[in-house]
Amino acid sequence: MRVNCTINGEKRQADDVWPGESLLYVLRERLGLPGSKNACEQGECGSCTVYLDGTPVCSCLVAAGQAEGRDVVTVEGLEFGRVQEAFLSAGAVQCGFCTPGLVVAVHDLLARNDKPSDPDIREALAGNLCRCTGYEKILDAVRLAAR
Amino acid sequence: MDFLRPSTWEEALAAKAAHPEAVPIAGGTDVMVELNFDRRRPPALIDLTRVAALGEWGTDGDELRVGAGVPYRRIIEELGDALPGLAMASRTVGSPQIRNRGTVGGNLGSASPAGDAHPPLLAAGAEIELASVRGTRRVPAKEFFVGPKRSVLAPDELIAAFRVRPTAGAEQFAKIGTRNAMVIAVCSFALVLDGAARRVGTGIGSAAPTPLRATAAEEFLAAELDWESRAPVPVAVAAEFARLVAAAATPIDDVRGTAAYRRHALSVLARRTLTWAWGGMR
Repeated sequence: MRVNCTINGEKRQADDVWPGESLLYVLRERLGLPGSKNACEQGECGSCTVYLDGTPVCSCLVAAGQAEGRDVVTVEGLEFGRVQEAFLSAGAVQCGFCTPGLVVAVHDLLARNDKPSDPDIREALAGNLCRCTGYEKILDAVRLAAR
Repeated sequence: MDFLRPSTWEEALAAKAAHPEAVPIAGGTDVMVELNFDRRRPPALIDLTRVAALGEWGTDGDELRVGAGVPYRRIIEELGDALPGLAMASRTVGSPQIRNRGTVGGNLGSASPAGDAHPPLLAAGAEIELASVRGTRRVPAKEFFVGPKRSVLAPDELIAAFRVRPTAGAEQFAKIGTRNAMVIAVCSFALVLDGAARRVGTGIGSAAPTPLRATAAEEFLAAELDWESRAPVPVAVAAEFARLVAAAATPIDDVRGTAAYRRHALSVLARRTLTWAWGGMR
């Protein structure tokens, strides 16, 4: 089937989409947007987090057809700004695999709450797994971006 | 595989009648995992996210009717005051990304013994509204679950909504997991103390083949609580309530915990939620 949606402000079209495949697969394999990472495919790791109609979701859990006509923003579509800069200066990027999902999650957190407490930050990032930073530098990065 | 995209409730029911093997998908937090891991190859998916009516809630007499497609995030934000027990349970579901998308209707459809929304719906005496082209019926939450991941939902039916009377009293929910976030319950417990009706409601999760109510514990506690003066719950009453809750469960040993641990943990959750709920009413 064919899926039409807006991705990062542009009208995009994907053809020959198998109805059971995920939005994540469409983004990465059909539309050349590899920023959203494919890891757990079960909504546990958050590496594939994107905005769908303004709401952060795991793109691995969105059926491709559910994105028809919707507005998708991936990490590639976020303007480079304080979140990404804070991740770089705090050393919150190691292998980098979890970074795109975290950047989207933090972008959303700060859009809703520009003075998050540590518990706010921990709750907002509970759906994003990182296997190498130990999280401390990620927390530093969010505090820095919020300042 | 077909992808059916109804835009109205009538179209959705017609699609399910025409394709009873089709799997409904809303938030996708269960269905997509099965597809991604090749555990299921249904002949069709019915996308319910375009059916606006499923995302609506409102009052119907003294009942709240909440569409099956309202995600956990909105339950927390919009219904936290009216349905505090369900909102507490919703806060324990997955992560923000999952709560943004997962729905109570999907939780019911999966009918997992560990579904976080089930204990509060049982405790509150909710009814599940099931619909098909043949008509609509209401099933008490207590009768909805018939086995692990099995419910009374007929092949041509879809879950339309749940209905519940907000409690004039206190509601609590507690869940044991191996960490605070992103975790499936080892066991969970919901409690409703309805001061006006002098009714006690309970819901047990993850400790039997289905979510269930501890009816003996409910009757015992309703008779023992001093609803008039709201005097503190005697230690022996709390202990017996806890024992009856644990006795109602039929847990198994599995990767998340042993049966013995689940039973013990349930008695602790029962006692704690009773203390919190009664304390909140006094």
